[in-house]
Amino acid sequence: MSTLSPAVQSAVQPMKPTGSYSSLEQLAAKATFTTEKKPQKPLPILSRPISKGKAEVSLSAFSFMFSEFIQYCIPRVTNTSELEKRLSEAGYTIGNRILELISFREKNYKRETKLISILTFISFTIWKLLFSKNADLLEKSTEEPDEYMITENQPLSLTKFISTPKDYQGFNCASFVAGIVEGILDAADFGARVTAHSMPLKGQKHPKTVILIKFNPDVIARSDLNP
Amino acid sequence: MAAATKPNYARVGEQVFKEVEKVNAELFTLTYGAIVAQLLRDHEDVEAVNEQLEKMGYNIGLRLIEEFLARSGVPRCSDFKETAEVISKVGFKMFLGVTASVVNWDPKKNEYSLILEENPLIDFVEVPEQYQSLVYSNILCGVLRGALEMVQMSVECRFVRDVLKGDDASEIKVTLKAILAEEVPVGED
Repeated sequence: MSTLSPAVQSAVQPMKPTGSYSSLEQLAAKATFTTEKKPQKPLPILSRPISKGKAEVSLSAFSFMFSEFIQYCIPRVTNTSELEKRLSEAGYTIGNRILELISFREKNYKRETKLISILTFISFTIWKLLFSKNADLLEKSTEEPDEYMITENQPLSLTKFISTPKDYQGFNCASFVAGIVEGILDAADFGARVTAHSMPLKGQKHPKTVILIKFNPDVIARSDLNP
Repeated sequence: MAAATKPNYARVGEQVFKEVEKVNAELFTLTYGAIVAQLLRDHEDVEAVNEQLEKMGYNIGLRLIEEFLARSGVPRCSDFKETAEVISKVGFKMFLGVTASVVNWDPKKNEYSLILEENPLIDFVEVPEQYQSLVYSNILCGVLRGALEMVQMSVECRFVRDVLKGDDASEIKVTLKAILAEEVPVGED
């Protein structure tokens, strides 16, 4: 050791413990103290990575939460259309955020400019996110030029555990989904009024759900100029 | 030796979760966010919102326990400590797809803490300055209270650490207040 140069000597000096330990317990206590992680300040929210979107929760957890929300709203509204409006508003905020998230994650910020493409985006990509399947039917109304309909033959998974009592006839829990669609369309600059309707289907016990989209006149005018 | 005969709760939880119908977690997160935002709009006082969230959770818990018992088939727990294991490994997994860990079991006060590393309710969430006293995930405390009450345990749950307030994990402290006597419903014998 003494033949080495001072610089090298200091480098090869054996590690000295920082204190002297009278017993093994003290050493163990010291060791756990020094290996404790310094608490890290969590990253600010905008710097955190976005999840891949594969996480899932059980449908019943969602249904419980959704049903509690409806029960919370009921004493605060006076009629069914107000209740539908509340659900639709809740869905609206969700729709805004879903569009941002999906545009970033799956479409690499590509923005839809054509009417048909935003509708197919909703009936395929968004439906896949919400219901794990594509929409059954997307059609253009023959009577009104500004109306489109997305149809689901089977009861929506989000609302299938909900039964409406007799005095709430005319109320449709799918207004929540309609709100989501409206939020997406508004955020994508295709202003529309979106409502949900149930239509009885021949030969099927459950009515089919129709999401009716009525676009604003300026959107239709814009799409006529730019087909 | 006793540990070997106890069912592997983590495996039970995963098995049940595999079988239940699932929905996208982000939709769940966003819906909860919309609900909390609605509550904040309706109430002026943040404490009232915390209470309302707990109450909503309580109502959910009363019904959730039935589904839990039906789907998981977990046998009766032998003591309060075992309920902690069942809740953290089977309950949370089955409904939220995440597991919690049980720490700080205190036999004298009959309490333990559940540590949640991941919480699907709080993805993408940031609580603004003026709502710092909001307990965002308080619905979970209500769910635990409601569910345990239906199995004859009166508990008190509260958040002691919250990721949204800057901590590195969320911690719920669960304290057993009383064992409730089983009441025979009127008309039955």
